[in-house]
Amino acid sequence: MIGIDTLAQGLLLGGLYALFAAGLSLVFGIMRLVNLAHGDLIILGAYLILTITTATGLHPFLAVFLAAPVMFGFGWLLQTHLLNRVLGPDILPPLLVTFGLSVVIQNALLEGYTADSQKLSAGPIEAQAMDLGVVTLGVMPVLTFLSAVAVIFLLNQLFYRTALGRAFRATSDDAVTAQLMGIRPERVFAMATGIALVVATIAALYLGTRSNFDPSIGPARLLYAFEAVIIGGLGSLWGTLAGGVVIGMAQAVGASINPEWQILSGHIAFVVVLLLRPRGLFPRAND
Amino acid sequence: MITRRTLLKSGAAVAAASSALGLPAYAQTKKLKIGYVSPQTGPLSAFSAADSFMVEKFLASAPGLGLEVEVIVKDSQSNPNRAAEVAKELISRDEVNLILVASTPETTNPVCSIAEQEEIPVISTVAPWQPWFIGQQGNPGDPGSWQEFDYVYHFFWGLEDNIATFMNMWNSVDTNKKVGALWPNDGDGNAWASPDVGMPPALAAQGYELTDPGRYQNLTDDFSAQVNAFKAAGCEIMTGIPIPPDFTTFWTQAKQQGFNPKLVSVAKALLFPESVAALGDLGHNLTAEVWWSPNHPFTSSLTGESAADLAAAFEAAAGRQWTMPVGFVHALFEVAANAIARTDDPTDGAALAEAIATTNLDTVVGKVQWGRDNVPEFARKNVSKTPLVGGQWRRKDDGTFDLVIVENAGAPEIPLGGTLETLS
Repeated sequence: MIGIDTLAQGLLLGGLYALFAAGLSLVFGIMRLVNLAHGDLIILGAYLILTITTATGLHPFLAVFLAAPVMFGFGWLLQTHLLNRVLGPDILPPLLVTFGLSVVIQNALLEGYTADSQKLSAGPIEAQAMDLGVVTLGVMPVLTFLSAVAVIFLLNQLFYRTALGRAFRATSDDAVTAQLMGIRPERVFAMATGIALVVATIAALYLGTRSNFDPSIGPARLLYAFEAVIIGGLGSLWGTLAGGVVIGMAQAVGASINPEWQILSGHIAFVVVLLLRPRGLFPRAND
Repeated sequence: MITRRTLLKSGAAVAAASSALGLPAYAQTKKLKIGYVSPQTGPLSAFSAADSFMVEKFLASAPGLGLEVEVIVKDSQSNPNRAAEVAKELISRDEVNLILVASTPETTNPVCSIAEQEEIPVISTVAPWQPWFIGQQGNPGDPGSWQEFDYVYHFFWGLEDNIATFMNMWNSVDTNKKVGALWPNDGDGNAWASPDVGMPPALAAQGYELTDPGRYQNLTDDFSAQVNAFKAAGCEIMTGIPIPPDFTTFWTQAKQQGFNPKLVSVAKALLFPESVAALGDLGHNLTAEVWWSPNHPFTSSLTGESAADLAAAFEAAAGRQWTMPVGFVHALFEVAANAIARTDDPTDGAALAEAIATTNLDTVVGKVQWGRDNVPEFARKNVSKTPLVGGQWRRKDDGTFDLVIVENAGAPEIPLGGTLETLS
């Protein structure tokens, strides 16, 4: 059945988009920072995993556990020493800084790794499939989707069950009042960016095993990630997953009609959601 | 009777005559500046891996050819606007006498267009001739309006050679003649899919059945629709001209969803060993077009090295596997040196362009001669075709890949390295 198959593939693709978007959603939701370098940071994560796998011979799925702490540290430093300096009432400076960061990361990667196409090799699992009777699904796309669900679930637990999450929410709602309660927004922001880059590293793992990457490829997926965040509603992590799935399914359905419609139908779905629910599907707060 | 006066007079006359006629310039060195433009950074930079190696090689051999030459290297950054900008810089600021340009229409076309306007000779390569020639025309849609160029000359192969090479490979294997095509919505994809000059008429002529799901955008993350269409049609042959990341996405999904064609012939995505190695096991026995390899039976007119020597020297210097542009970048300098040698004053643009047009040189990529009848009349003056064969990537035990030539109907002088193997 092509109809069910199309929807299933679209759902799994949505998982990939949700992974791209989760880190962005986190940063955007907490500090209203539009991180234009998010795509490049994912590619940076992919190169980090690649370096670890080639240096140690580890499987990419294990290398990610080494790469994630490094990326967390990088995110912490990035926020503390660069982005915190430009955050303020004006949204333009952080936007420009992340735009510049995107260019810097691309060129640094080009200098360090050349423009050769690279790929993370996960071995035979890449081509394996599960026959579910009605549809045949690749093992890797299913893993991608499950990881996306797990990441969103864990982030939600962090948000609503821990003191750190409370600090995140408080800072997001009203940074000044949160400061009165003894929360230092700079530290909260640094934690958030660190966690966002850990999520980016997980996204990098699945992007890098799914397709080739090179230093210039980061910005290409940024748009889908943004759309997923907006469709889902600002600040809602489950909404981001839903947003990713909406775009993934719309693309799959569009492509089954004609591949020319694939990308466009994702964007059309975005516009339709915005027209019907301007604040997204699951907006967290009225702000 | 020779008096002191007549001696002085006649001596002065001889001196005047000899200085007016000029002595034959046997030992004279020719001074000139050459500009070289290629995409050294950005997404297309894999094409330029051999640039600095080849420029150094040329500069090392230049004094032996009586040339005092300066090569000014410019980077197009894989961006057509940047390519146009550096071409202007080369012409107006550096005042070069000749421009060499390589790799993809995005770089060659803007440079050639500007140089043609400014009347600076250009030798260009590594772009199929249709996008090069037709892409520079004012109205690409109207063949009647197409014009020849006076200063820009290009050598490479064309779409028709690539299509013939692929189809020769398919004809040699027993299949159900059903072909699935993955053509993106870009210059290459639209040219291949064109019902006039592309692959569909060639397929129909030889009884192949085409499944073309439609043009998709580059950097698509999901090819399920195409995989489903190919599976539903029962395609045993798959072709296309995707960019490397898209081919990896497609081919991995095809395997996951159980699409197992007998032959996969893909242009562009499988040019570089790195892109094929990225596929791992899945890269074994994929086929691609081969424009140059160390097994091509040609030698350099500049250094006398064979194709194999040149590839080996590059591998030793760069510490990486040879790629097809290695030979072509070298040939660019061969053609340039040859044309300069045949020009009395290479700083005269018109004379140098004239010398390039009359080139007849056996280079490391084959014969380069403009005006031959293997190119359609309208482009003959500016396009010289080099041979194209078909190759198959074979995975070795250490995970690297060898490109084995398996089809040479278009250029029988290039030896076969093996026979075509099917995937399933």
